[in-house]
Amino acid sequence: MRYHPLSEADRNAMLATIGVSSIEALYADAPRATLLKTPLDLPKGKSEQEVERFFARLAARNMPASRASFFVGAGAYKHHIPASVDHLIQRSEFLTSYTPYQPEISQGTLQYLFEFQTQVALLTGMEVANASMYDGSTATAEAVLMAHRVTKRRKALLSGGLHPHYAEVVRTISRLAEDEVETMAPDIGAAEDLIARIDDTLSCVVVQTPDFFGNLRDLTKIAQACHANGALLVAVFTEAVSLGLLKSPGAMGADIVVGEGQSIGNSLNFGGPYVGLFATRHEFLRQMPGRLAGESVDADGRRSYVLTLSTREQHIRRDKATSNICTNSGLCALAFTIHLTLLGEAGLTRLARVNHANAVLLAQMLNDVPKVEVLNETFFNEFTLRIGGDAAALVERMAARSVLAGVPVARLLPHAALDDLLLVATTEVNTQEDRDAFVAALKESL
Amino acid sequence: MLDRPAVVEPLDDDKTPATFTGNRGLDQEEPLIFEIGRIDATGVDVDDPAPVATRLGALERNAPIGLPGLTEPETMRHYVRLSRKNYSIDAGLYPLGSCTMKHNPRSNEKIARYEGFADLHPLQPQSTAQGALELMQTLADWLMTLTNMRAVAMSPKAGAHGELCGMMAIKSAIAARGEAATRNVVLIPQSAHGTNPATAALLGFSVRVVPAAADGTVRAEAVKEALAPDVAAIMLTNPNTCGLFEREIVAIADAMHEAGGYFYCDGANFNAIAGVARPGDFGIDAMHINLHKTFSTPHGGGGPGAGPVVLSERLAPFAPVPFIRRSGDALELVEAAEGTQSFGRLTAFHGQMGMFVRALAYMLAHGADGLAQASKDAVLSANYVRASLRDVMTQPFGDRICMHEVLFDDAWLRGTGVTTLDFAKAMIDEGYHPMTIYFPLVVHGAMLIEPTESESKASLDLFIATLRDLARSAKAGEVARFGPAPRLAPCRRVDEALAARKPVLRWTAAA
Repeated sequence: MRYHPLSEADRNAMLATIGVSSIEALYADAPRATLLKTPLDLPKGKSEQEVERFFARLAARNMPASRASFFVGAGAYKHHIPASVDHLIQRSEFLTSYTPYQPEISQGTLQYLFEFQTQVALLTGMEVANASMYDGSTATAEAVLMAHRVTKRRKALLSGGLHPHYAEVVRTISRLAEDEVETMAPDIGAAEDLIARIDDTLSCVVVQTPDFFGNLRDLTKIAQACHANGALLVAVFTEAVSLGLLKSPGAMGADIVVGEGQSIGNSLNFGGPYVGLFATRHEFLRQMPGRLAGESVDADGRRSYVLTLSTREQHIRRDKATSNICTNSGLCALAFTIHLTLLGEAGLTRLARVNHANAVLLAQMLNDVPKVEVLNETFFNEFTLRIGGDAAALVERMAARSVLAGVPVARLLPHAALDDLLLVATTEVNTQEDRDAFVAALKESL
Repeated sequence: MLDRPAVVEPLDDDKTPATFTGNRGLDQEEPLIFEIGRIDATGVDVDDPAPVATRLGALERNAPIGLPGLTEPETMRHYVRLSRKNYSIDAGLYPLGSCTMKHNPRSNEKIARYEGFADLHPLQPQSTAQGALELMQTLADWLMTLTNMRAVAMSPKAGAHGELCGMMAIKSAIAARGEAATRNVVLIPQSAHGTNPATAALLGFSVRVVPAAADGTVRAEAVKEALAPDVAAIMLTNPNTCGLFEREIVAIADAMHEAGGYFYCDGANFNAIAGVARPGDFGIDAMHINLHKTFSTPHGGGGPGAGPVVLSERLAPFAPVPFIRRSGDALELVEAAEGTQSFGRLTAFHGQMGMFVRALAYMLAHGADGLAQASKDAVLSANYVRASLRDVMTQPFGDRICMHEVLFDDAWLRGTGVTTLDFAKAMIDEGYHPMTIYFPLVVHGAMLIEPTESESKASLDLFIATLRDLARSAKAGEVARFGPAPRLAPCRRVDEALAARKPVLRWTAAA
């Protein structure tokens, strides 16, 4: 087997040193009846070439974004990733290292995490950020749990514009942790009155902007109402590129900002791995979940970095920890920070403008299609279409024309009588030909 | 082969030599991006946006963010320089016990980047992603066969997330029995990973500690003594965190079931037994499988991982959404929990597809026999290290057969003036990443060594010779080799107390 360096002669020599006659003898502590007598009913090992052939066949049964005119979003976005990003994250020293528990031989990881934390804090308009969570949805659930700890209350209010999967993740963990959650009805037009629902029993209000339906939300007044009632405002985003063009959640008064970082540096990957971003105010630092890289000095007095405040974490605090998270999304955070370093503020702003302009162009074209209506007043790079028919069926018909048109709202909100709504996202990867193809396929498929 | 010195002379000066640049040959200083980047610089050329009337309402940003940019050559240099300050499995033996730093095949990286997987959106029509669903189902089938379990939840994002998934299924099953109010205790041995008690506490369980016997394993008798009508489950790692097989695991499972409780097995150490024994045959009800350990998806400096959870028949109905169902010739992803007993959703979308591809590629490359050989070689290598060091280092539970990792304590260092930490740091100067230290917490000055199956005998022999020489040195009182160590790493010991006392967690512009 090409991955196993030991030869039979090596194995025999090692067994002699150990003083046993066979490797089986090393399993003497396992109940004899549980040791397999015959190999499992699984295929034999394959050569590298055979393995690649197997996967090539499976891959060929999928329609990747690059083979279609592609307008799918709803929490995961296709952006162009510079080749240097993927090259750098595949360097052995990044790819095949562990969590930086030995700082003397992990300064590479620790420094990029420190830079990542700074970038996330700047982008969200917050004071501190952690070294990443699994993804945006789990980061949102962690934010709610943190708000409970900070306020010593156990009831969260979720906006009807929150990504339905995110809301489900929060509800699942809350129900099993015996915390309360109220969820507003799906809020297509950003018309819900959250402020009227805020009182002093709430630990937090969770609001997404741009919201699930694409609307932009001003959080300022919601933040004020939260603070007047001793509650925290948790602001969520699923499209990190939007922060290049929009007011930051921190500037609008958010206390915890969480989001999905996939759209900077990370491929779609059919849903994972992604990278959760988590930022907050300095005063709540010790209630944060997850790892933190901090600055210090080494024995020669030189600036260096180390994982810090680990007394919050499970490996020290055990059942009193702020979270059970251990492994996070280190390499995805690296992809994020490299891509964002390449972009810089100038590149990010420009990229965000192109995304928005493409969305405006597409919305204008779609508004001219009979029976089709763009519902949003405001949006960044995604909006909701009412198509006067079943959106799921329409998407299938358009896929047959090599247009992946978007996400039927009912796929995520199945029992809300929203079958005629379609979420459409567009980024810098879309060309005028793609937009023309979209409109043509839409007209043929309606 | 190089000649090795009979005695290693300690470096005679405590200070690291100074240079004008701060560089030391190939080890180059690298400032932060905030110190070298410029707000107007970019490494990405973006087309001009079309002139349009914006639809941003009053929410357009009106202040700078402060993000620096670098051009592409500057970016390459920054991250390449940073990378050179890291140890990696590709560069050397990485014996972190419990972490399983085995070889990461590059074919798996290549396959995970096939555009049919990497460029696939989780919410595009399922009819356009049948190959992806087939891949997930194939991996699920392998995991169920390897464990002899009835179902598998694929969406957990890492080991701790898998624990959460398994314990949520258990809590849901108990609620379905109408015992939610009365069964609220989880039994956990003191040697457990910190994630176990943290997970139990997250779900409102209280933790009752089960003592280990003098040999480092848990006795069924001890479990029975801790059992009461308030016990919901036990969380037990097997092989355990001391590197030992839990000999009474079947009796423990029986005792749990007899008392109406469930058995959550922490599968972090499944790599010792994959293909050799099946956890389902032990009588467990749930177990997460760290694809980034047993099935070699790269650790990536701290993730991403993946933690699918295999479930027994009793827990299968409570598995989270989404799950895959065959419907005619097609595979269907069931995404809504309504109308099922599913406990709900753990994460957006469907799990760590990128990790699924790599793990399945690893399995297909090995086959059933290759996976068994990997487990056996891992156990063989750990025992070889044990047998080769047993005369110079001490083991907390006596010299006995271990599984894929061998645990030493610091009894043999007593009186030398050298601590476990010093010993670990001296290993860095010798070009090794240290083993896991001070874990498990129950063993004084613990050193947990997991060589994995990826090492050649020559590599193991040099590692053993190095540890023997360091041990000799420590016992001979050569403290100068330990106290100031590491001297030859990109940085020296870092002041962790300062970092915690005055947390600096981000760069800020000088005032």
